[in-house]
Amino acid sequence: MCETCGCSDGAEVKVVNLETGKALDLASKHLHDDSHYHAHHIHDDNHSHDHVHDHDHDHDHDHSHNHTHHSRASTVLLEQDVLAKNAALAARNRAWFAGREILVLNLVSGPGAGKTTLLERTVRDLRHKQTFFVIEGDQATTNDSLRIKAAGAPVVQINTGSGCHLDADMVAHGLAELKPSFGSVLLIENVGNLVCPAMFDLGESAKVAILSVTEGDDKPIKYPHMFQAASLLLINKIDLLPYVDFELDRCQAYARQVNPAIEIMTLSATTGEGLETWFDWISAASRRERGGTFPQPLEAAMP
Amino acid sequence: MHELALVQSVVEMVTEHAQGRGVRRVKLEIGKFTCVAPDAMRFCFDVVVAGTQLEGACLEIVEVEPLARCRACGETFVQETLWTSCRCGAQDYERMSGEELRVKEYELDADATV
Repeated sequence: MCETCGCSDGAEVKVVNLETGKALDLASKHLHDDSHYHAHHIHDDNHSHDHVHDHDHDHDHDHSHNHTHHSRASTVLLEQDVLAKNAALAARNRAWFAGREILVLNLVSGPGAGKTTLLERTVRDLRHKQTFFVIEGDQATTNDSLRIKAAGAPVVQINTGSGCHLDADMVAHGLAELKPSFGSVLLIENVGNLVCPAMFDLGESAKVAILSVTEGDDKPIKYPHMFQAASLLLINKIDLLPYVDFELDRCQAYARQVNPAIEIMTLSATTGEGLETWFDWISAASRRERGGTFPQPLEAAMP
Repeated sequence: MHELALVQSVVEMVTEHAQGRGVRRVKLEIGKFTCVAPDAMRFCFDVVVAGTQLEGACLEIVEVEPLARCRACGETFVQETLWTSCRCGAQDYERMSGEELRVKEYELDADATV
């Protein structure tokens, strides 16, 4: 149904806790949450309902004033963001993370860029210094989770069924299972897709885009939304550079064209080349998260 | 998901707000830089509203021009692409519009009792 990526809805979302083997079917739970959410959502609605009421009055008493603000009495101003619900849930996740000083990285890439191998390697090499938790997003199977579990990090798999991205609600359910600890690093491996995940905030500290040299150096301008949303770009599989037609400089120039502020690192998760820079980046970002001054006084937090 | 999921959210929001009254038009604002295909939204809308109180309603989509304000020279300019820089050459800008995805308003059936 989604013409951009070919996925459809009716998604059978499933959360599997690899520690306990417990599987949770979100499709049915989702409905519950929706109704809960609506119940809490009333603030806006109340306002708007009052608003409708005003219209009503105008309608009764001012029937002929077609050119005023309440011109057509049957038109109801709504002014609601379609992604407001996801944004609200993402904000809740973000506050949950901030209170626990957890660094959260949303790893995004096309399928096959090497996200899982990079995660495995990161967890294995850094776990003596850093506590990792992982949420794995895939349409189906727990294959990736098993690899991460073997590397030594607690992991929860979210299978999105026919869905093409993780959303903030799925992550919240994943958190309830995973319970990442204070001061840890949570790595979220999004569904392999360079389009849809760019739109859905999960509450992460940063999006990290991964692009492998086997994919073509013009990916950043072919999928500009994703590269604009990312804070860091990891160009992976550089050990294969001699064998592929991939201009490293051109790729970096395209990425900076789309996002002048993006940080770029080149590495190979297989040979280990360049990994230290990535590891240092994680450690520094985690330290910043832990040195955070949450909760901030209101006047300092407001722009 | 994506377009279909987004349309479902739109229909859910309007249905809830209209409280059982018939709706004949829904107006959406979609920024040209919002990663959403308007045609896909229209296609999904007809499918999603079937059998609901929004059945038969039309979806009006207003595309919003992407505007940015240059942080170097202060000029406001239209962006052709996501990375169009200001005429002064600076790439440091603040996006003012073009990433909207909102339900602007909806119109009730003429005979709907408010």
